[in-house]
Amino acid sequence: MEHARDFVALIPRLRRYARALAGDRSSADDLVQDTLERAWTRFHLWQRGTDLRAWLFTVMHNVHVNRTRGLRHHLQFDEDAPEADAKPTENAALELRDLERALAALPVEQREVLLLVALEDMSYAEMAATLGIPLGTVMSRLSRARERLRALMHGHLQAVKLKRVK
Amino acid sequence: MDEIPVTGAELQAYVDGQLPEARRADVEAYLAARPEEASRIAAYGSQREALRDLYAEVLDEPLPERLVHAAEGARSAARTRMLRWGVAAGCAMVGLAVGGTVGWQLHAWNLPTVRSTAGIARQAAIAHATYSPEVRHPVEVGADQEAHLVAWLSKRLGGSVRAPRLAGFPLVGGRLLPGESGPVAQFMYQHESGRRLTLYVRNEPGASGETAFRYAREGKIGVFYWIDRGFGYALSGELEREDLYAVASQVYRQLNP
Repeated sequence: MEHARDFVALIPRLRRYARALAGDRSSADDLVQDTLERAWTRFHLWQRGTDLRAWLFTVMHNVHVNRTRGLRHHLQFDEDAPEADAKPTENAALELRDLERALAALPVEQREVLLLVALEDMSYAEMAATLGIPLGTVMSRLSRARERLRALMHGHLQAVKLKRVK
Repeated sequence: MDEIPVTGAELQAYVDGQLPEARRADVEAYLAARPEEASRIAAYGSQREALRDLYAEVLDEPLPERLVHAAEGARSAARTRMLRWGVAAGCAMVGLAVGGTVGWQLHAWNLPTVRSTAGIARQAAIAHATYSPEVRHPVEVGADQEAHLVAWLSKRLGGSVRAPRLAGFPLVGGRLLPGESGPVAQFMYQHESGRRLTLYVRNEPGASGETAFRYAREGKIGVFYWIDRGFGYALSGELEREDLYAVASQVYRQLNP
């Protein structure tokens, strides 16, 4: 199929996003694989002429939501969890892992928007279409994600809690 | 002339380089007058860069064959994955099982009286399934920096944490994990055959005294768990129950000399 090559060409970007979203390599690659398999079974739904990349990210979003539905309750951070007082360490390598950990501590909805814009350079409108949410929701999630990540990296959870608006 | 107020969305767009050029000067003037806001926005910019740096190398990694097959539309890929990545996929599978408690059997001789006690076994099994298959990053801090590792984890858990010595399973290292109510330490051990055990340690505030060993199994992963002097412990591994029990006893004895 002519699109097989396009799919293969997009693997590195799907993997990068999945790695950041899922955390570890094997879960991330499983997510990519499930995404590609699902994409083929639903390929008739892709509208020719639209951005194939955005469509694949939509498929991945759906697969990820389905996969994590059972886990989320257990693995995801409660917004007010005390873990958030993470302090930066002296060691640079540990700091990088702190960023990974802080990212993992974000609610998945916030992680998604943060990563789509930071890694994929998607426009806000593309993100809204990819995730199937209104533009205003993209913006509020993005701003919450950034503020929370900043707090997690600097131990200013209190500031976030006071500012947080549901 | 009326100034158009700068919105939060525009500040985000400024960070992402998505602000219309016509608004750039306005936003910069806005930030110039608000140093605190400016430093927050600058932090968002560094965050963005740090995230890109952190995951940049993934783009250059060789493509796993199974993904190329899947991208090309190979049908059998799903089965291959389940065989080859049984444990790796375990995280998701544990999640499914946990969701409906399907397949989750507690062979405890004392049925847990506190729901959160069973929670530790579940959390530990998930963490084991997630990290024990890791080839490149099984731990955050290796056994070669054990003193640092133990000091770091003790500091984060707010109590003295120790990495017991296990016969036949040298320490690989450890990592810090998010838990339901605070940070959790995970120590990893590896037999020369490559088989790994993980010891999951978390705070159990309010739990005075100790509980008996309890046992749970999820798929191939067995977990012995107990509470001892303010900490909850869970030892996970793909071992027979008796073998895992022997290791759990070693852990317990070393922590209670």
